[in-house]
Amino acid sequence: MVSPNSPETPGGVSASAAPRSIKDVVIRLAGNSQDGIQAIGGFLARLAGRSDQDVMTYMTIPSTISGGPSIFQVRMGTGDILSAGDRADMLVAFYQHSYDAHIGSLRPGGVLLYDADHVKPAEGDHRFTNVACPITTGTIEAVGGTAKDKGKNIYVLGLIARIFDLEVPKLTQLIRERFGGKNEDIVRNALLGFDAGYAWPQNNLRDLFYRFEAIDRAAAASGRTQVTLDGNSAIAYGFLAAGVRHGAGYPITPWSSIMETLRTELPKYGGVFVQCEDEIASISTALGFSYTGNVAITGSAGPGLSLKMEALSWATMAEMPLVVVNVQRGGPSTGMPTNVEQSDLMQAIYGSHGDTPRVVLAPKNVEDCFYLAIEAVRIARAYSTPVLLLTDQALSSRIEAFDEPDLKALMVPPGPDRTERPANFKPYPLDRQTRHAPAGTRIASGKYPVVTGLEHDEFGHPTGNPKLHAQMNAKRRDKIKALASTLPAPELGGDISGEALIVTWGSNYGPAREALQRIRAAGVPAGHLHIRHVHPLPPGLEDILGRYRKVVVAELNDEGVYGFGQFATLLRARYALPSIVSTCKTDGLTFKVSELVAGVARHLGNATLEGLVSQARPSPLAAR
Amino acid sequence: MSTAVANPPPPAGAPLTKKVLTADHPTWCPGCGDFAVLASFYRVLEKLQYPHEKIVTFAGIGCSSRFPYFVNTHGGHFIHGRALPFAAGISLGGEDLHVFVFGGDGDGFSIGGNHLTHTARKNVRITYVIMDNSVYGLTKKQTSPTSPLGFKSKTDPWGALDQPINPMRTLLNCGATFVARSHATQVNHMTEMMLRAARHDGFSVVEILSECVEFFEGAFDAAVPRKGGSWVLIDERKNDGSPEDATRHDVTDEVAAFQLAGQAWPGKFGVFYENKTRRTKNAIEAELIAKTREKTKGATDLALLQATFAKLR
Ligand SMILES: Cc1ncc(C[n+]2csc(CCOP(=O)(O)OP(=O)(O)O)c2C)c(N)n1
Ligand code: SF4
Ligand SMILES: [Mg+2]
Repeated sequence: MVSPNSPETPGGVSASAAPRSIKDVVIRLAGNSQDGIQAIGGFLARLAGRSDQDVMTYMTIPSTISGGPSIFQVRMGTGDILSAGDRADMLVAFYQHSYDAHIGSLRPGGVLLYDADHVKPAEGDHRFTNVACPITTGTIEAVGGTAKDKGKNIYVLGLIARIFDLEVPKLTQLIRERFGGKNEDIVRNALLGFDAGYAWPQNNLRDLFYRFEAIDRAAAASGRTQVTLDGNSAIAYGFLAAGVRHGAGYPITPWSSIMETLRTELPKYGGVFVQCEDEIASISTALGFSYTGNVAITGSAGPGLSLKMEALSWATMAEMPLVVVNVQRGGPSTGMPTNVEQSDLMQAIYGSHGDTPRVVLAPKNVEDCFYLAIEAVRIARAYSTPVLLLTDQALSSRIEAFDEPDLKALMVPPGPDRTERPANFKPYPLDRQTRHAPAGTRIASGKYPVVTGLEHDEFGHPTGNPKLHAQMNAKRRDKIKALASTLPAPELGGDISGEALIVTWGSNYGPAREALQRIRAAGVPAGHLHIRHVHPLPPGLEDILGRYRKVVVAELNDEGVYGFGQFATLLRARYALPSIVSTCKTDGLTFKVSELVAGVARHLGNATLEGLVSQARPSPLAAR
Repeated sequence: MSTAVANPPPPAGAPLTKKVLTADHPTWCPGCGDFAVLASFYRVLEKLQYPHEKIVTFAGIGCSSRFPYFVNTHGGHFIHGRALPFAAGISLGGEDLHVFVFGGDGDGFSIGGNHLTHTARKNVRITYVIMDNSVYGLTKKQTSPTSPLGFKSKTDPWGALDQPINPMRTLLNCGATFVARSHATQVNHMTEMMLRAARHDGFSVVEILSECVEFFEGAFDAAVPRKGGSWVLIDERKNDGSPEDATRHDVTDEVAAFQLAGQAWPGKFGVFYENKTRRTKNAIEAELIAKTREKTKGATDLALLQATFAKLR
C-alpha cells in the first residue's frame, strides 16, 4: 500500500512474509495527556466506524492536572467488540513511567513498541516482542521546525496504520477533517508525521505485519452509516433529540462534558443551559424550567447528586417531570473522581427523604446512552416524575461506533402545552395521571394551581389529612408501578436455564456478554441477563432468575456489610432467592472478562472454569 | 373540601381585582405583619393588570413563604431557601411570565444566601420580596441572620451573640439592580416599592420589615411613629435643577446607596439603588440565541442534529 501523502514513502508490501490475519487487537497507548494520546484513539475509533471493523475504547485521564500520565486503550476487530479488552496485545510506551506502569498489562507474546529516545525496557525480559522505535527523533525529523516533538501521536498513528494495514486514505481523510479548520501548515505537518511513522516499519520490522480478517459483509452490514462518539456526547445528543431545550448544572468530573455540550448546542435550538452556583441551584433551576412546561435536565456525579436529594424529593411530591443524569465515579466523597464505580445505585433509587418512588435507568453502552436519554425524557413527561439516568465514568469517555440514529423518526418537538385547561382542572387528581398546567396556561375556572412539596389535596392545597397522605403516596407509587408493567423484557443471552446466570446493569454489559461466551465455550450452561431499567424493574424477572442454580450479580461496588452488592441486595429483597450472589469489585476499573469468569467459577465451585481463568491466553500477535 | 369551590370564572380579559386574586385564607397569626404585605401585593397586581395566567407567585419555606397559597395565580411552594434558582428557571423558561418570589429573612439570607448572591449578579428578571421579621417564625423563635445582637431566642436564650447581616448592604453587594426597603405598617409605601420593583427590568428586591407578633413583638417599633419611632423616607433626587436637588439621594449612585445602608437603626426607607443599564440574563441569553441562530441560518432542529451526527461519521 502506498501512502498518498508524500512521494518519498516507499511503496510495496513488506519484504518478509505476507501480513498475518487476526480477529481483533487491543492496543494500549501510554504517555502524558499533552501528547494527544486520546487523539490517536479517537482516530482509530473513527476509522473503525468508517470501516468494517468494530471498536471500543477505554481511557483514563488524570483528575487534577493536565500534564500527567494518560492512557488510551483501543480494541479493534472484526465482528462485535463487547469490551475494551482485559489485557493489551500491543503497548505503545512514550516514556519510562508509561513502560513501568503498563508493561504488566501486556499479554505474553504481545508487542512492546517503545520510544527508544525515552524508554529502556528491562533487560532479559523475553515475554514480548520488543520494538525500539525512535518516536521522538522520528517526529522531529519529519516535522522539524519549532514544533519540537509535538505530533508524536500522529507519528504513532502512522506506525499503527502500517503494522495493522489500516485504510490509509480514510485515515488521512480523518486527519484532514480534524486539522482542516486550522492553517494548512498544521495539516501538512500532521501528514508528514503520519507518513514518517507509516514508513518506519517498512525498513525496520521484518515480521510484524497484520491484517484484520475479512468480515462477512452481508451478515454484518446494517446498511446504516456508523457514527463514533463517547457516552457523554451520546446523552447530550439524546436530550436534543428528545426535545429538551433547557437545563442547568454545576461542573464536576465526569459529568461536565454533558453540560458543556448542552451549553454550546442549546442556543442553536433556541434553548438555554444555565451554569448555576451549585448543584442545589441547578436542580432547582431545572425544576423551574420544567414548571414552565419545558422538561429540563440537570446532572452531576455522586457528590452533586447528594446535594440534589432534597429537591428530588420535592419533584416526587410535586410530581414535576425532570431528568437527572448521574455519571458515577469512585466514592464515597471525592473518592476516585476519574475512576469508574457503580456505587450510587442506592442513592439514585432511595437517596431522598420520605417515600420517593422514582425511575432509574442505566445505559449499557454508548449507543444506549443516546436511546435511554430519549426514553428518560419520555418517561419523565408521561408520568410527570423525576427520572435518573445512571451512567458512569467508563461510559462517559469511552468511544464506540454504532448505527447512525434515524433522527427523523426520533425527534420529539419541544415546547410547553399551554392550551387552556377546562374548569374541572386539578393539578393532583387521584383518579388520573398528573398533567401540570405550565405557568402561562389559562385555566377556564379562573382558579390557578399551586405546585407544592407539602402533602396536598387534588387542588394542591396543603392538607394534614392522614387518609389523603396515604392516598397520595399510593398515587405516586402506583404510577411507577404502572410504568413497570409497560417495560420491555430485559435482554437474556445464552442458555435460558442452567448453572449460572450473570446479572449486570450499566456499563458491565459488554464484558459480561464476552464472559458468557467463554463460560459456555467451556461447556457450562449459562445465561446473561442485562437490566437497563433498574428501577422499577421490568416484569417477568422472577421466572428467569429461578431457572439457574446460581444468579451471579456482577457490579462495580462494594459487597457491603452483608456480602452483597447494591443491585444484588435489591434483587434479593425483591425476589427472596438464596441463589442470588454477588461478584463485586472497587478497583476503579471496568470488569475484565476474566474477572467475571472467575466470579462465576468461584460461585459454581467449577474447577474447569477456574482453570480457564488461570490459563494465560497468549496474544494473537505472538510470533509463531 | 371547601377549597374545591371556585369563584365564578372571570370572563377572559376581565380586570384583576382583589376578589379574583384571593385564594386560601391566610394561616398567619392574627396581627402578623405579613397580612399587610399580602394586601399590598393585591393592590400591586390590581395596578399592573398583567394577564392573569402570566403571573407566577413562588416561595421557599417559612411563615412568609406560605404566600403563594393565598394568591390566586400560578404558583408554587418549593423547598427552604431555594425559591430563587427555581424562579430563575421560570423566568428564563417563560419569557412572558411575571415572576414574584416571597420569603423570609432565614430563607433569603441564611440557607438561600448563596442563591441570592448569584441570582442577583446574573440579574435574572424576578421580583423578590423579603418579609424580614428578624426571627425564624415557622420554626418558633430561633435566631435569624437579621436578629439584632442581644435578641433572646430559643437558640440564644442569653441574647443573640452573632453579628447580624445588613440586608441592604448585602443586596447591594450581590449586585441586585433594584434595592428598596419598606415597612409592613406602611401599606402605601410598600405598594409603591413593590410596584416599582415589579416594573424594574431585572432582579429587583424589596425588603419589608414585617413584624412577627408571636416571636419578636415590637421588633420594628423604632420606625413606627405611633409607637414613638421615626419613619424617615429617602429623599430621592428629582433632577429638577433646583439647588436642593444636589443634596438628595441619587438612586443610581451605588456609593451613596452603601452610605444609606450604613445608617443607624432604623435607617431610612425607600429606593436605595436602581440600575437601569445593566442587562438582564434574560436579554443576554436571548441575544446569544439570536446570534447563534443567525449563524445556523435558522436551520430546523432536525437539520441541526443531523449535521452534528454527520460530523461523527
Ligand atoms: C432544609 C430545611 N432546613 C430547615 C427547615 C426548617 N425551617 C423551616 S422554615 C425555617 C426558617 C424560617 O424562617 P424565615 O425564613 O425567616 O421565615 P419566617 O417563618 O420567619 O417567615 C426553618 C429553619 C426546612 N424546612 N428545610
Ligand atoms: S409566627 Fe410570626 S411570622 Fe409566623 S405567622 Fe405568626 S406572627 Fe407571622
Ligand atoms: Mg423570619
